[in-house]
Amino acid sequence: MSSTEPRRTALDALHRSLGATMTDFAGWDMPLRYGSERDEHNAVRTRAGLFDLSHMGEITVAGPGAAALLDHALVGNIGGVRPGRARYTMICREDGGILDDLIVYRLGGTEFMVVANASNARTVLDALVERAAGFDAEVRDDRDAYALLAVQGPESPAILASLTDADLDGLKYYAGLPGTVAGVPALIARTGYTGEDGFELFVKPEHAVELWQELTKAGEGAGLVPCGLSCRDTLRLEAGMPLYGNELSTDLTPFDAGLGRVVKFEKEGDFVGRAALAEAAERAAAQPPRVLVGLVAEGRRVPRSGYAVVAGGEVIGRVTSGAPSPTLGKPIAMAYVDAAHAAPGTEGVGVDIRGSHEPYEVVALPFYKRQK
Amino acid sequence: MSNPQQLRYSKEHEWLTAAEDGVSTVGITEHAANALGDVVFVQLPEVGDTVTAGETCGELESTKSVSDLYSPVSGEITEVNEDVVNDPSLVNSAPFEGGWLFKVRVADEPADLLTAAEYDAHIAG
Repeated sequence: MSSTEPRRTALDALHRSLGATMTDFAGWDMPLRYGSERDEHNAVRTRAGLFDLSHMGEITVAGPGAAALLDHALVGNIGGVRPGRARYTMICREDGGILDDLIVYRLGGTEFMVVANASNARTVLDALVERAAGFDAEVRDDRDAYALLAVQGPESPAILASLTDADLDGLKYYAGLPGTVAGVPALIARTGYTGEDGFELFVKPEHAVELWQELTKAGEGAGLVPCGLSCRDTLRLEAGMPLYGNELSTDLTPFDAGLGRVVKFEKEGDFVGRAALAEAAERAAAQPPRVLVGLVAEGRRVPRSGYAVVAGGEVIGRVTSGAPSPTLGKPIAMAYVDAAHAAPGTEGVGVDIRGSHEPYEVVALPFYKRQK
Repeated sequence: MSNPQQLRYSKEHEWLTAAEDGVSTVGITEHAANALGDVVFVQLPEVGDTVTAGETCGELESTKSVSDLYSPVSGEITEVNEDVVNDPSLVNSAPFEGGWLFKVRVADEPADLLTAAEYDAHIAG
């Protein structure tokens, strides 16, 4: 992947004109930050931020058998999602390993949009095509059909409301409806990955620049700023949201990741991974493997992905994500640790930061929950 | 961004002042600070430590990464900037001024320190 040219979003020239520091992310050249990532983070927590998320992978599944196909291919109860609503779910292998975490939007009775992580979009597309055999449904690669802009933060409803007639008050968290924003046709979804209220706008790539500029103008007075992937990562970490490749992988089942609730055994019919996941559920209940916990630093050194979690001189876990938390003002991390050390308040837990064992407090996730 | 003419630079993106009574002040360049992003933690050598040109003598942590701090010259540390330890954002906001890192009594300096023009070329290159 690294040998090929990076892919650029429809907003690429605009990011450069804003002075963005760009970074390679899953083969895409994406904005890492425009100025200070801490300022961008704080803008989303207190005002609003504007993100280009066009690297995310959209896959349309449509046809009379679309719901049945997704119920077979994914671990969630997709047939039970009402039109206009969305669901957080996962796609697993036959052995229960997580291929990706997804958001599925039910656009209509027989039409769904699956949104996969950029790094896994090809894998998810291939798996859906393969699993579609025998179902009366079409799986369509729409990765290049959409640009995705996100407006996140407490001011985002007011900013968006100034540009659309859509019923935003009636649009609940994890819902989506087609509408028009600043004259541009958009799927307006109340989703995000920041722990704040906010919206994701799926539009045609040729409308992306115009929409970005209109949102920027509309958000000026409210303090909206462009935001890069760096603050998106610290925002989702504070909100305790897993990131594929860090907290989630093919080596783990949803139960290992503490997300067994996304697996719906009660749904009709068989689904890929059912048998292995039933075993994983029993194992997790009877003899918990490592548990995903939060860690908060007592000092100022920052834990990074891969660092060992230690107690009494023994390695008892592994950091999956770590960063300085702008909201808490301290370094934080998510880590898988042995169940014996996973209870909040467990004494004597540290992180091995380049040879020195720094003390950390075990806490329940998330680190941050917005006041509603 | 402009790199001050009166300073000299290392290829590892440190700057140092001309010695006054044998003591030079050291920091990291604006280019390096921008590349790091928001600096959140600074670990500096201690007063009295001996540092060696081109070797690590501390570290700088930003949101996304941790980087080694190199000394551009050899010598003894005479002072460290406690302000920057307490407020690491000074490295970003004033890399050539309030964000200085330490002062060193220079015992030896490498031959390959850069002038401002040479450093400009190095980071453009």
